[in-house]
Amino acid sequence: MTEKTVLNATHRALGARMVDFGGWDMPINYGSQIEEHHAVRRDAGMFDVSHMTVIDLHGARTREFLRHLLANSVDKLKVVGKALYSCMLNEQGGVIDDLIVYYLGEEFFRLVVNAGTRAKDLAWIEQQAATFEVQVKERPEFAMIAVQGPNARAKVLGLLHDVDRPRIEKLGKFAAAAAQGPHGMPLFVARTGYTGEDGFEIIVPAEHAVALWEALVAAGVVPAGLGARDTLRLEAGMNLYGQDMDESVLPWEANLGWTIALDEGRAFIGRAALEQQKAAGVPRVMVGLVLDDKGVLRHGQSVLTANGAGEILSGSFAPTLNKAVAFARIPAGEPGDVRVDIRGREVPVRLVKYPFVRDGKPCEGI
Amino acid sequence: MSEIPGDLKFLKSHEWARAEDDGLVRVGISDHAQGQLGDLVYVELPEVGSAVKAGTGAAVVESVKAASDIYSPVSGEVVEVNELLNDKPEIINEDAFGEGWIFLVRPSDRAELDELLDANEYEELIENEDH
Repeated sequence: MTEKTVLNATHRALGARMVDFGGWDMPINYGSQIEEHHAVRRDAGMFDVSHMTVIDLHGARTREFLRHLLANSVDKLKVVGKALYSCMLNEQGGVIDDLIVYYLGEEFFRLVVNAGTRAKDLAWIEQQAATFEVQVKERPEFAMIAVQGPNARAKVLGLLHDVDRPRIEKLGKFAAAAAQGPHGMPLFVARTGYTGEDGFEIIVPAEHAVALWEALVAAGVVPAGLGARDTLRLEAGMNLYGQDMDESVLPWEANLGWTIALDEGRAFIGRAALEQQKAAGVPRVMVGLVLDDKGVLRHGQSVLTANGAGEILSGSFAPTLNKAVAFARIPAGEPGDVRVDIRGREVPVRLVKYPFVRDGKPCEGI
Repeated sequence: MSEIPGDLKFLKSHEWARAEDDGLVRVGISDHAQGQLGDLVYVELPEVGSAVKAGTGAAVVESVKAASDIYSPVSGEVVEVNELLNDKPEIINEDAFGEGWIFLVRPSDRAELDELLDANEYEELIENEDH
């Protein structure tokens, strides 16, 4: 049974090409994925991300619970409304999921996790929460719209109630706050995203989602499909769960070391395995690749290095760069000349530091 | 979706063939196929002078989403390729049945054309695919 977001009929009315995305019937594009990609880089676009799972955590020991559950440290969250990106690991250090946690009160935190991992995440979180007496509550009554691009914030701000506008305008990156949208609808506005552009991710009660979407269209925000979302996040150097990391991968091997907080005395799940691998030496590393020749790097292609073979994780044509880029996991050590096997042809690629694109422009050396 | 021109013949894998007045056969992919693939970003053309065989891969089109083999509807020799696609693969998205043609074949067995689907049969095929 395919699930549908509350915006399903809206997408179809806009002529979206719909695909199955982790059990959800979602728009891959509304005509041209490349044009939607450019709209986000140059102006403002929006994505229906209502398939993502919102989980609220309540209880006196919620922060203590999250210190145990997450590999990043919730003690970095000192001001109400602040958000943190983290991995949730198993005991072996493998990544169960990546998520955003919002600090909404000393006894109230909110998680936004991936759609494709919803069931296992909920089961894991509930299992771990029991001993901390934390209440785990999924919020399926919410929809979510990500509005992204250099003009995204201005267009959203124009729809907010006058009393909320100055406060939301001042909202810092990776912070969230409540505000009233069109017709007084209650919004949870977060200055986060998955495109490498500024913007907001807005959680809205499902019954108001269509009205919000239509107000955003009227404000000049371009509907964009999950196809564009994928090329935008790849250019921005952001991992995709299931493609760039999963339970067989430790964060060190997925360039997620920056999200690991080995703060003293905090016994989070997976910590021992992480420290052990770090001490022993990380066997594989994740790198960025650029193909200057014609062709497209794609998931699953073999990457040939001096130390043996690796593989392409996320790979695609990058519309901002007009060439193909990819993440690859390869054996650690000096890789020498790197080549990719594209349909039986060995094609030279360049190893680069990513992100590939930042603030709408190609990064240096890409 | 644009109208399917009545003079075209099709493979089930969505390539079209048009018998030209000079006896050559022009080959492309259908408008339905370009829509399924999404924005095209790269076309690997066959070499002029190379031999192609009916029902086997002769070219490759890559969209943002996926790479697809393009089968030749007829056997023969490639006499011309659409060089414009090297720089502007999106021509196929814009005009799949016209300017977006891919290669031109001098067929070795014109009877192979009779084995292809006609426009009505192809239309029926994609209608069934959509449901």
